[in-house]
Amino acid sequence: MMATTQTPSPSMKRRRRARQRRGALYLVLLVVGLAAPFVAYPVFLMKVLCFALFACAFNLLLGYAGLLSFGHAAFLATGGYVTGYLLSSHPALPPEVGILAGTLASLVLGLAFGALAIRRQGIYFAMVTLALAQMMFFFYIQAPFTGGEDGLHGVPRGHLFGLVDLSSNLAMYYFVFAVFVIGFAIIQRTVHSPFGQVLKAIRENEPRAVSLGYNVDAYKLLAFVISAGLAGLAGATKTLVFQLASLTDAHWHMSGEVILMTLLGGVGTLFGPLMGAGLVVSLQTQLAQSPLGNWVSVILGAIFVICVLSFRSGIVGEIDKIVRKNFK
Amino acid sequence: MTFNKRTLAGVIAVATTALATGTAQAQMSDDAVRIGYLADMSGTYRDLAGPGGLEALNMAIEDFGGEVGGVPIEIFSADDRNSADVGANTVRGWIDQENVDLVGGMVASSVSIAVTKVLEEANGLAIISGSAASSITNEHCTPNHIHWVYDTYPLANGTAKAVVEQGGDSWFMLTADYAFGHALEGDVTKVVEENGGEVVGGVRHPFPTSDFSSYILQAQGSGAEIVGLANAGSDTVNAIKTASQFGLTQSGQQLAGLLIFLNDVHAMGLEATQGLLLTTGWYWDMDEASREWAERYFERVGRMPTMVQAGVYSSTMHYLNAVEAAGTDEPEVVRAKMAETPVEDFFARNGRIRADGRMVHDMYLAEVKSPAESTGEWDLYEIKSTIPADQAYRPLDESQCDLVNQ
Repeated sequence: MMATTQTPSPSMKRRRRARQRRGALYLVLLVVGLAAPFVAYPVFLMKVLCFALFACAFNLLLGYAGLLSFGHAAFLATGGYVTGYLLSSHPALPPEVGILAGTLASLVLGLAFGALAIRRQGIYFAMVTLALAQMMFFFYIQAPFTGGEDGLHGVPRGHLFGLVDLSSNLAMYYFVFAVFVIGFAIIQRTVHSPFGQVLKAIRENEPRAVSLGYNVDAYKLLAFVISAGLAGLAGATKTLVFQLASLTDAHWHMSGEVILMTLLGGVGTLFGPLMGAGLVVSLQTQLAQSPLGNWVSVILGAIFVICVLSFRSGIVGEIDKIVRKNFK
Repeated sequence: MTFNKRTLAGVIAVATTALATGTAQAQMSDDAVRIGYLADMSGTYRDLAGPGGLEALNMAIEDFGGEVGGVPIEIFSADDRNSADVGANTVRGWIDQENVDLVGGMVASSVSIAVTKVLEEANGLAIISGSAASSITNEHCTPNHIHWVYDTYPLANGTAKAVVEQGGDSWFMLTADYAFGHALEGDVTKVVEENGGEVVGGVRHPFPTSDFSSYILQAQGSGAEIVGLANAGSDTVNAIKTASQFGLTQSGQQLAGLLIFLNDVHAMGLEATQGLLLTTGWYWDMDEASREWAERYFERVGRMPTMVQAGVYSSTMHYLNAVEAAGTDEPEVVRAKMAETPVEDFFARNGRIRADGRMVHDMYLAEVKSPAESTGEWDLYEIKSTIPADQAYRPLDESQCDLVNQ
């Protein structure tokens, strides 16, 4: 290579080392992910992965574009309901088609919501997304195909590409893992692309980005649509895992929960949402079955308060700071 | 190698015993009967089922002696947080990892239906005590679950019929605007009209609603004698409170609640709820047997049991008796045994389990006492009449359940 003939500058060296470190970390995580179902209960892991993908999608918007959406539940639910309805009403349909359809529906919904919401900033943006998501909630509670309060049940897992029987938890796990890796790769690629750099610029100083000639609205809208689509992908996959879609996904609590996961793990870090989702889901699962079961919401609330008060950049954010300080 | 006779005899003795116990207990899966209690432990339905229901389950197991057919009974419990995926996930885990034999409790209908679908696939067994939806044993019926305490059919039919018979023949319906409310409204309208009454008007409110003033004013303006509440939970509570503030009952109209529990009446107080007509599956002060059980429960929990909590005890006892009688915890065998045996205890009168999984039993029409009539904190209902088991529930010939029409 050309670069090797020249003496590499210290900044290049550092960047290369950082890239190598990141590569090693990805590799380790990939191996952990592949081995995990032999150690932990696969259904639990699948739940973590689905919520992690949802949180990563949310983080793309909040962490990299600085847009706090308080209506992401609508995309999770849309992905779930569309996939669930298609697969249970057309049992011959392969699951991957159902998931793609659910994701597509969320993309389209994201385009509509995004086009409206990005016209406003800050708290107004959050409120517009919340209002739109509440409209979707009322639509899903009324629409006959969702089963209203009872939910949509008995969604068949089917055969992936007509070949792999997904009714086995292990096969399902690897499928969900693959979906997560794809979703994560899309986010990673987006964040580290020039597009991602512009998003960060908009996050830091929007008027400046405008003055530099960037079409800020188009960038924000695209980020919103990608985020909505990935949230839909998470919802669609979740529906396939649990074989049901219910109003819980559309409720504004879900929009709140994903904020909790992201902030707890570390907003604006790639692995934060994964960590946050893992932590919240494990706490919910473990505490629900313990004598402290009645206190799940209180405990999560307390953790959230502590996190916001004392380590604002979240778990991964704090670790990142320590690493930067000591191992440069 | 020294191999004396005593060692040999010992070995043979141990081997035979192991073999004998092995065959005796081969019927009980992995040497224990495991019961999982799944309910809302922290949210809206906490007082209805929640930790009190778990205590009722503990009581049943203690009263049964802690073991059945020579194997111990183990309890698991979890909070479903009224979420179908949490419920389904928990039960899947219980089946896959803990070999749970029976799942009990369950309130939110979405959770119950999700759990029964999991159990149908995994061939488990559930007894649902808390849910209201009659669809659980109608279009969602499975051979793997039983619905124990009540459902919306007798609540709507029992209350509406009794009210019309008592002369309340013009109705105004206050309906929660989603499938559950619509179904309840439809059932009530049908019964009112069949019995010679008339629904003169109605209004639908979004779910959930906190401010009922405009709806209550419309109800007052309608001139109907009865205001039917086709909603549930906090909506019902808010509607009743608003009606009380607007003096609806004082102005000669009467409220008919369709989905109201003892804990709701207790929380709202008699001042707001007096004169309210409702149908219940059980009331603690019904007779000697129910009083005796309820007082034992009160000593442990500090509250009087709701019908759901009493139902958890009753259904667990019936299950354990069936396991003992059948000598196995095999779901199909136990389910068949449970259906064979009539249910007759402090909770259920003339009870039996139908093919669709509905446990039918006598239901009761109750009126909430006025503060003057009540003699204590928990003296809340007066039982007005009994709706016989065979008339209370949806007749099997109207059923959409595949198990009935086979």
